Amino acid sequence: MNLGPHADFIVAAYAVTVFVVAALIAWVMLDHSAQRRILGDLEERGVTRRSQRSGS
Amino acid sequence: MAAIDLANPTRFLTLANRALPWLAAATVVVFAVGLYRAMGAPDDYQQGATVKIMFLHVPTAWLAMFGWGLMSVAALGTLVWRHPLADVAGKAAAPIGAAFTFICLITGSLWGRPTWGTYWVWDARLTSVLVLFLLYLGVLALYWTAEDPGRGSRAAAILTLVGAINLPVIKFSVDWWNTLHQPASILRMGGSAIDPSILTPLLIMAAAFTLLFVTLHLAAMRNEILRRRVRTMRLMQAQEIPA
Repeated sequence: MNLGPHADFIVAAYAVTVFVVAALIAWVMLDHSAQRRILGDLEERGVTRRSQRSGS
Repeated sequence: MAAIDLANPTRFLTLANRALPWLAAATVVVFAVGLYRAMGAPDDYQQGATVKIMFLHVPTAWLAMFGWGLMSVAALGTLVWRHPLADVAGKAAAPIGAAFTFICLITGSLWGRPTWGTYWVWDARLTSVLVLFLLYLGVLALYWTAEDPGRGSRAAAILTLVGAINLPVIKFSVDWWNTLHQPASILRMGGSAIDPSILTPLLIMAAAFTLLFVTLHLAAMRNEILRRRVRTMRLMQAQEIPA
């Protein structure tokens, strides 16, 4: 594939996009595992939400 | 399952957990097809190979506006019906929309240098998209810095609705003003002006980016619901500690 005389601009555009999308995916995944961990810690300490106490 | 059932956060979490693996797989497959077709697309007769930047720039531009539109609907849900999931949807969409707008601005700039001879010009289209990006940052600041989440959400919802005025300005800026940016060539009266050999991969890439947006949004909504549960449990824990 020949990207011509402006290959640097094309490669830079794709590189920036890949970087930002990868950062978004990493943020969502890390945030999910962090929230799950904190919830698990709280439940281990016996903290429950009101809806869990009423059994619903 | 009735649509109203999805308004229950617990049911929404169940649905999101089921849908996310399928959405992620569909996103990967459509991106693979889209990138394969995009790399095999012919060069433009005027722009040469730089037309390949269009496969990133145009979908992210559409989704930058779609993201704000989604947040505007969510803002109505927050302000009018005070529905917690509407606020969750708005808050989860803001960083994703901001990231897509950022990609749109950077890829547009990198496309502009070889085709226009400049990275940036203060014309109506470019400036209104920059304003959209700044509005996204403003909404994020309101969500992330408010001490009272409820007040922060209402302020963000109001800013979102005010900012929605910018959407038609972005769309019609190339018609209302004399801009360096080209006029609409896909969504326009009389049909697309783009050859099918370039239009088809562009539409596949648009579908791939849309799937990516939806997947990330659903995952971010799931995280936000869990974050609110953590906050509620911490408040209850604090109330149970004897003074």
